[in-house]
Amino acid sequence: MSLRVRSCRAHSGCVLVVNEVNTEPEGRANMPKTSYSKPSVGATGKTGSWRTFDPVINYKECSKCRTCWLYCPEAVITLEDDGTPHIDYDYCKGCGICAQVCPRKCIDMVRKGTRDEEDEE
Amino acid sequence: MKTELMSANYAAARAVVSARVEVVAAYPITPATTVPEQIALLSEKGIYKGEFIRVESEHSAMFACIGASSTGARAFTATSSNGLLLMDEALHWASAARLPIVLANINRSVSPSWNIHVSHDDSMSKRDTGWIQFYVSSVDEFYHTIIQAFKLAEDERVLMPTMVNADGFVLSHTVSRYDYLEPEEVDKFLQPYSPPHWVMDPENPVAHGNIVFPEHYQEFRYSMHEGTKNALDVYLEIEAEYKKLFGKYFGGPIECYKCDDADYIMTSQGTIGAEARDAIDQLRKDGYKVGSARIRMYRPFPIDHIRDLAKGKKAIASFDRSVSYGFGGPVANDIRASLYATDIRPLIKSYIGGLGGRDITVPDIKEILLDLIKHEESGEAGPEETWHDLR
Amino acid sequence: MMVATKEIPLKEYVLKGNAACAGCQDMVALRHAHKALEGDVIQVVPACCTSVVQSLWPKVGMNIPILNTAFMASGATASGVKAALRAKGKDDTTVMVWAGDGGTFDIGLQALSGAFERRTDMLYVCYNNQVYSNTGTQRSGATPLYAQTTTTWFGKREPEKLLDLIVAMHEPAYQATANAAYPRDLFDKFKRAKEIKGPKFIHIFIPCPQAWNYPVEKGVEIGKLAVETGYWIMWERIGDKFELGRHSKRFQDPSKRKPIEDFLKLQGRFSRLFKPEKDEEKIKEIEDYIQHRWDILLKTLT
Repeated sequence: MSLRVRSCRAHSGCVLVVNEVNTEPEGRANMPKTSYSKPSVGATGKTGSWRTFDPVINYKECSKCRTCWLYCPEAVITLEDDGTPHIDYDYCKGCGICAQVCPRKCIDMVRKGTRDEEDEE
Repeated sequence: MKTELMSANYAAARAVVSARVEVVAAYPITPATTVPEQIALLSEKGIYKGEFIRVESEHSAMFACIGASSTGARAFTATSSNGLLLMDEALHWASAARLPIVLANINRSVSPSWNIHVSHDDSMSKRDTGWIQFYVSSVDEFYHTIIQAFKLAEDERVLMPTMVNADGFVLSHTVSRYDYLEPEEVDKFLQPYSPPHWVMDPENPVAHGNIVFPEHYQEFRYSMHEGTKNALDVYLEIEAEYKKLFGKYFGGPIECYKCDDADYIMTSQGTIGAEARDAIDQLRKDGYKVGSARIRMYRPFPIDHIRDLAKGKKAIASFDRSVSYGFGGPVANDIRASLYATDIRPLIKSYIGGLGGRDITVPDIKEILLDLIKHEESGEAGPEETWHDLR
Repeated sequence: MMVATKEIPLKEYVLKGNAACAGCQDMVALRHAHKALEGDVIQVVPACCTSVVQSLWPKVGMNIPILNTAFMASGATASGVKAALRAKGKDDTTVMVWAGDGGTFDIGLQALSGAFERRTDMLYVCYNNQVYSNTGTQRSGATPLYAQTTTTWFGKREPEKLLDLIVAMHEPAYQATANAAYPRDLFDKFKRAKEIKGPKFIHIFIPCPQAWNYPVEKGVEIGKLAVETGYWIMWERIGDKFELGRHSKRFQDPSKRKPIEDFLKLQGRFSRLFKPEKDEEKIKEIEDYIQHRWDILLKTLT
């Protein structure tokens, strides 16, 4: 499935319709009396599957300024003690904001499937 | 326990103290207004020790109760008529969130036109919100039923909010005797509220009320239905315990007066049921085998109690102080539906009246019962629905 | 001094794999707001995008207590939460409303007003994406002049409500505007709000790629342009002490502002101002309204 963001109108509706994680029917014997939810990583599944472009950090150029981490809407960028960023591709939705805000322009957005996974180190 | 003289509204404010309510949120509306007025006074004097939020609407009153109850506090509000109608969204919210809030509704006619006197239209129209509903007939019953309502609502088998209805002005502003219990006495009956499943707590974060898909929504609704149905048996237990502790008993889900050997029964809700006793006594003197059944618990509807009541009776007059437009008396229709699956077949006639505060007195009740008897004896059922005193 | 990026805590309260749209600026604001509040918070959420981004029962994509409530009821619900905390002697926990513009400017305004008049100790946050985004982008009281929505197909004919002034007239203990494109500034404002008792209000500008119709990666750029064109004014008010924000100060002078067109033309919702031909008159009207907003804000609050 591909999403034409420019034509999209119904906010997140598609996301919830295609949700694959929580729709397992469960007998009411195992259900609580009311719908309270527990904090979970991946509450909507592996949202990395939404991505069309992968952000790829050029670590040779990266100044560890943390700007990508600051602006990431998804909280998928983690930092080492020295500020080295790592992207969690299981959940990155591929919005490309990190690449836009990077002061050194050292994050490239590359079409999914073309990324050399060894670059991640 | 000490006997005091007070209006139902003032007594309701005392019930809030006795039950150690932690949060009250309320907005003025006649005739409920003197409940929050008294709570404010008791709060400012330090007698009521909880929080009192003077909200800016009834919708906000119930949502403040929802916020408080979700954070583990015992919560209460009072309203009437249009106030209850404005709460509608919140009433559904409270029951689906399984929050044991207690609401004192002082029954008042719905506008337009403006009319501040009693009808049951306001609460009857909230029949399907999931709230447990009681209708009371005295100041004493109002006070004690509010205390019982917390125990019932908070019972884990129930966990549904509860509405206690009292007739506007007839009870709300009429001074009568009632027996007050100190909070220390009520402690023996009512333990502090502790939410059994979830609560808003930063130490243990959960979200309540995010999206539920068709795969599960229906099961949550079924659970609400179960909770409300459980309320009947749980209430019987609670009443028995209350009677043992304080000697107070108001007759179970349906309070019967001379029903056992009666051939003819009039059912009603609220103060008419108290008035009916005099009418029954007078008609008995004239040789009529009549009885009065005052329906105290309207939701869950006490189906089995209705069946037991109707068994062997020749006819039942259901008096509704409200109307479901296009289908008649709501309670009358519930009684008919309760009997349909059985072979119990008394003549059931629906009487609607007393709307907008029009008095229903002993002669009115006698007239209704005699009309019922006339039709049953003649073998001609007559109209299914009669508007009493329709001019 | 604004917080340095490396001083912002690493702990995340927004959990990855939630249901927010890619590029959602609301999530940036939520991330840094909660980093500032450090978890000691109960968050009340009325119907809005933030109710959806949490994802589905039995999971939630945020690691804080969240009480979802009805559209018009945030102020009241939060009042009840606060009262319960007071009754239980846990008064230090921050009670925060996180409401959209529809739930604040329109349907929730009464409950907000009531809660503030009662001086409720709460932090009310309006994250403003200027449209009923969650229901498919209908116009709200916060939708700007000439923006296209699904209920104003040819552009809205009225400018946005001056909500900040309505709120200011309630004399909150703390009031600020913020912008998801300036997360460090936003973090600082939440830190300050946390320490102040009484009613507090933070109004956050949140570009929305879906509703505003811009390429999803441009959220930060548009947020910054809103400030640089003078469209969005960053300010803070502690008690009655008003201060123009450092990011907005230089744009008080209209000659320093970038042309408003730079902000408008990036967004599909304003496309009718440029197609089939540029509508200079309407663009001027928007510009005039921006100046009016500066004038009335400064005249009223300084």
